[in-house]
Amino acid sequence: MTTTTFGWLVLLFPLLGTLIIASGYRVLPGRSAGVIGTSAIGLAFLAALGALISLQSHSPAHRELASSLWNYANTVGVNAEVAILVDPLSVFMILIVSGISSMIHLYSISYLDADRGFARYFAYLNFFVFSMLLLVLAGNFLLLIVGWAFVGAASYLLISFWYRRTTATRAGIKAFVINVVGDAGLVLGTYFIFKHTHTLDFLATFNAAPHVFHSGEADIVAGCLLLLVGAIAKSAQIPLHTWLPDAMEGPTPVSALIHAATMVTAGVYLIARMHVLYELAPAAQDTGAVIGAVTLLLAGTIALVQTDIKRVIAYSTMSQIGYMIMGVSVGAYAAGMFHLMTHAFFKALLFMGAGSIIGAMAGEQSLQKMSGFRKALPFTFACFIIGGLALSGIPPFSGFFSKDEILLVTGERGGWHWILYVMGYMGAFLTAIYTFRMIFRAFYGDPVAEARELEAGYLHHAEVPTNPATGEVEDTDVGFPGPHHTIAERALPMRVAMTVLAIGAIGAGLVQIPEVDDVITTFLRPTFAGSPLYEPHTRDGLLIFGLILGTVLGLSGIAIAYRIWVRRPSIAVTARERLAPVYELFAHKWYFDELIDALVVRPAAAAGRFATGTFERVFVQDTLVGGSTGIVRAGSAAVRAVQSGFLRYYAALLVLGVAGVSFYFLLQT
Amino acid sequence: MSIGWYLAVSAIVFALGAAGVMVRRSPLVVLLCLELMLNGANLALVAFSRMWGNGDGQIFALVVMTVAACEVCIGLGMVVAIYRRQLPIDVDELRELQG
Amino acid sequence: MSAVLFFIAGFGAIAGAVGVVVLRDPFYAVLALVVHLLSLAVLFLLLRAEFVAAVQVVVYAGAVMVLYVFVVAYVGGREEPLGERLRGRGPAGSTLRLGAAILGGALLVELLIALLGTGLKAVDGDGAPYAPGPHTFGTPAYIGQLLLTRFLLVFEAASFLLLIAAVGGVVLARRRGGIGEDDERERDRLTPLDLARPRETGTMAEGVGTRR
Repeated sequence: MTTTTFGWLVLLFPLLGTLIIASGYRVLPGRSAGVIGTSAIGLAFLAALGALISLQSHSPAHRELASSLWNYANTVGVNAEVAILVDPLSVFMILIVSGISSMIHLYSISYLDADRGFARYFAYLNFFVFSMLLLVLAGNFLLLIVGWAFVGAASYLLISFWYRRTTATRAGIKAFVINVVGDAGLVLGTYFIFKHTHTLDFLATFNAAPHVFHSGEADIVAGCLLLLVGAIAKSAQIPLHTWLPDAMEGPTPVSALIHAATMVTAGVYLIARMHVLYELAPAAQDTGAVIGAVTLLLAGTIALVQTDIKRVIAYSTMSQIGYMIMGVSVGAYAAGMFHLMTHAFFKALLFMGAGSIIGAMAGEQSLQKMSGFRKALPFTFACFIIGGLALSGIPPFSGFFSKDEILLVTGERGGWHWILYVMGYMGAFLTAIYTFRMIFRAFYGDPVAEARELEAGYLHHAEVPTNPATGEVEDTDVGFPGPHHTIAERALPMRVAMTVLAIGAIGAGLVQIPEVDDVITTFLRPTFAGSPLYEPHTRDGLLIFGLILGTVLGLSGIAIAYRIWVRRPSIAVTARERLAPVYELFAHKWYFDELIDALVVRPAAAAGRFATGTFERVFVQDTLVGGSTGIVRAGSAAVRAVQSGFLRYYAALLVLGVAGVSFYFLLQT
Repeated sequence: MSIGWYLAVSAIVFALGAAGVMVRRSPLVVLLCLELMLNGANLALVAFSRMWGNGDGQIFALVVMTVAACEVCIGLGMVVAIYRRQLPIDVDELRELQG
Repeated sequence: MSAVLFFIAGFGAIAGAVGVVVLRDPFYAVLALVVHLLSLAVLFLLLRAEFVAAVQVVVYAGAVMVLYVFVVAYVGGREEPLGERLRGRGPAGSTLRLGAAILGGALLVELLIALLGTGLKAVDGDGAPYAPGPHTFGTPAYIGQLLLTRFLLVFEAASFLLLIAAVGGVVLARRRGGIGEDDERERDRLTPLDLARPRETGTMAEGVGTRR
C-alpha cells in the first residue's frame, strides 16, 4: 500500500464512523455508538502509523507525496482538486490527532455513559476528528479551507452539545462567530497568494512563491497577515480569544480534545505549513511572534484569578498556544511542533483529571467549592501532578524540553526578540504558579463534604441538577447532562486513557533532549528543507542558561503556590485587597469581552435594529411595497368606476366614441 | 330635391335618436329611439341607392328593417319578462351588472 | 311638386322624431313614431323606392308598432320625471340631458359635414330617371329579382334571424306555468346538464329565486 493510500484510509475511517453512527443513532443499542466511534479512530491511528512507516521508507528528499482523488472543477483559472499531501508535518499531525482522539473517545465512553445524547455525541466527535484530519492532510488551499470550516462547525456542535442550556448555546454561537472571522481571513489570505501564484496546490505554491514574490512585498504580507487572522481566531489568541473560556460549556472530553489538543493547534499547523510564505513576509512573522508572546502573558495573568477549574486550564491552553505561535513565527518550527505534541498529552490529561474531579463534585466546577480530594481521588491526583509538572516545565517531564527549545530559538534570533524571550520566561513562572494553585486548592486542605463521602465510598449525587455557572435548575433528559457522573477511580476506560496520556506526558520529551537526540527535528526536516531558520542551534551557553532558568522558575513557582495556598491562604486574600485594581483587571479578563461588545456587538445590533425598524418598515414595506400596491389599487378603482351599470351612461360613451371616431376621420379628409 | 336634403333629414333623425337613447329612462322609449336611429340609417341608404341608381341600398334597407323587427321582438320580450318579475321598468334602476 | 311633398314629409319625420324623444307617456311616444314612420314612407316614395315604402308601412308601422302598442298596454305607461335627481350614484338627469344634447348636436354636425361635405357630385343631383315598366328601379319585381339572385344569402340569413327572434321572443316572455306541465315532476326533472352544474344554478328562474 502506498503512503498516500494510508493517508486516504486515515480520512476514511472517521468519516465512516460518523456516517454509521449518525444514520443509526436512534437504533444503535447500548454503548455501541461509543465502541464504533472509538474503533473508527483507533483504525485511523493504525492507518496513520502505517503512513508513518511507509513514509520513512522513502528517501528524505522524496517525502512530500501528494495524491488527488478527483478533480472537482477546473474553471476560471482555478483548479480545484480533492488532494491530500502526505509529508512529515502532516503525518506528525495525524498521529497526534488520531492518537489523542482515540484516548479521548475511550474516556468519553465512561464519562457520558448516563447521557441521553450518547450516540449523537460520538457522531459529532467522529465528525470533528474527520474534519481535523482533513485539515492537516489537505494538499491544497481549498481542502484546507473546507477542513477549517468543518472543524469550526464541529466545535460549535460540540460546545452546544447540551443544547438546552442557554449558556452552552450562547457559547457555541460566540465560538462560531469568532471562528467565522478567522475563516474570512483565511479565504482572503488565500486569495492574495493565489493572485500571484495562480495555483491552489501547496507544493506548487511553495515552489513558486520565492520566484513570484519579493520579500516584504505588499501582497504577500497582506496574505500572510490574513492567514494569521485565521490562525489567531482558531487558536484563540488575542484579540480573537474570547470564545475559548466560554467554550468550556461543552462536556469535558470535548474541551480536552478540541480546545486543548487538536483544534486550537490548527493555527500553529497553519503557520508551520505556510512557513515558505511567512519567511517571505517578515512583518507577518513578527506580528505573529508578538501576538503569541502577549497572549501567553495575558492568559497567564487571567488564569491566576479564575475560580472555575476548567477555565484555569482553558487559559493555560491559550497561554501555551501562545508559546507555539511565537515559536513557529520566529522560525522554531520543530520546537513549536514538539511543544504541540507534548502539550497535547499533558493538557488532555489535565482536562481528563478535571472531568474526574467534576464528576466527584456531581457537576460542580468551582474551585472555591473543591478542597482536600487527595485521599478520595488518588489516581486523579497523580494524573494532575504529572500533568501539572509537565505543564510547569519541570525536568524530566515533557513540557520542560519543548518549552525551553522554543525560548532558546527565540533568544537566538537576537535583537528585539530578547523581549519575547523574557516574556516567555515570565509566562513560565506564572504557569507554574497558577497550575499548582489549581492543584493545591482542589486536592489539599480540609476535605469538603463530597470528598469525605467519597473516602467513605459514596459518590456524591446531586439531587437537583443545576447549571454550574448560573445555578439554574435543569433536568437530566436529552439536551442536559445525564443523571450520573463518573470518576476515574471507578471507570476502567477513563483510567486506561489517562494512563496512556500520563506516560506520554512523562516520556514524550525524551525524543528531543538537547545534545542527546533530535528525533523531531530530523523527522520534520524534509518539510522544512530550504528554510534558513530551521537548522538547530549552535549556542550552548544560552542553552544551558535557559534550561537552568526554566527549572528554577518552575520550581519557585511551585514553591510560591505551595506557600500561599497550602500554608497560608490569607496571603492570597490580602494580596487581592491590596492589589484590588490589578485583581479586577485580571478577573474581568482584561476587559476584552466588554471591548468587543462595545466595538462590534452594539453597533451591529443597532444597525440591525435600524434596518428592521426604520429602513425595512418605512422604505421597503410602506414605500416600495405599499406604494406599488397603492398605485395599482387606485388605478383599478378609477378604472372600475366606469362599470357603473347605468345603461344611459354606456350609451353616452358609445355615442361619444362614435362622434370621436367620425371627428377623426373628418379631419383626415 | 337633391339627394343632400334627404341626407340632412337622415342625419337629424339619427342624432335625435341618439340623444333620446341617452336621455330617456323607460326601456320602451329607449327602444323607440333606437328605432329612430335605424330609420334614419334606412333613409340614408335609400337615398344613396337612388343616387347610384342600383338596388343595393334598398335591399340593405329591407334587411335593416328585418333586423329591427327581430330586435324589437327580443327587446319587448325582455321588457315583458322584467315586468313579470315586478322589477321597476327604469333603465337607471336595472344596474346589477356593475363593478 | 316633389319639393313641397318633400318638405311636408321631412317636417313630419322630424316632428315625429322630436315627439318620440320628448313625450312623457310611452303610448304617445309610440304614436309619434308611427307618424315618423309614415313620413319616412313618403320620403321613400319620393326616392323611387316603392317596394321599400310599402314594406315600411305594412311591416314597420303596421306590425312592429302594433307589437309596441300591445306591450305598452300590457306594461303600462308610467310617468317618468326626467329632471328628477337619482337616488344613489349615477349621472343626474339634468347633467346627462345637457350632455346628451351636446353629444347629439356634435354627432349631427359631424354627420352633416360628412354627408354633405363630400366630393360626391351626385349628391347635388336628382338621381336615376323615372322609367315605368316591370323591371324598373324600385319596383317589387326589381327588388325580388335582386333578392333571389345577388342577395340570396342575405335573404336566407335574414329569414333565419327572424326564426331565431321569434323563438327567443316566445321563450323570454312565456309564463312559467303557461306552457307544458309545471308540476313537481317537470320542475325537478334533471337532465345530464343539471348534474354537471352546481346546485341552485341554471335557469333564470332559479337565479331570481322563483324556482327551487
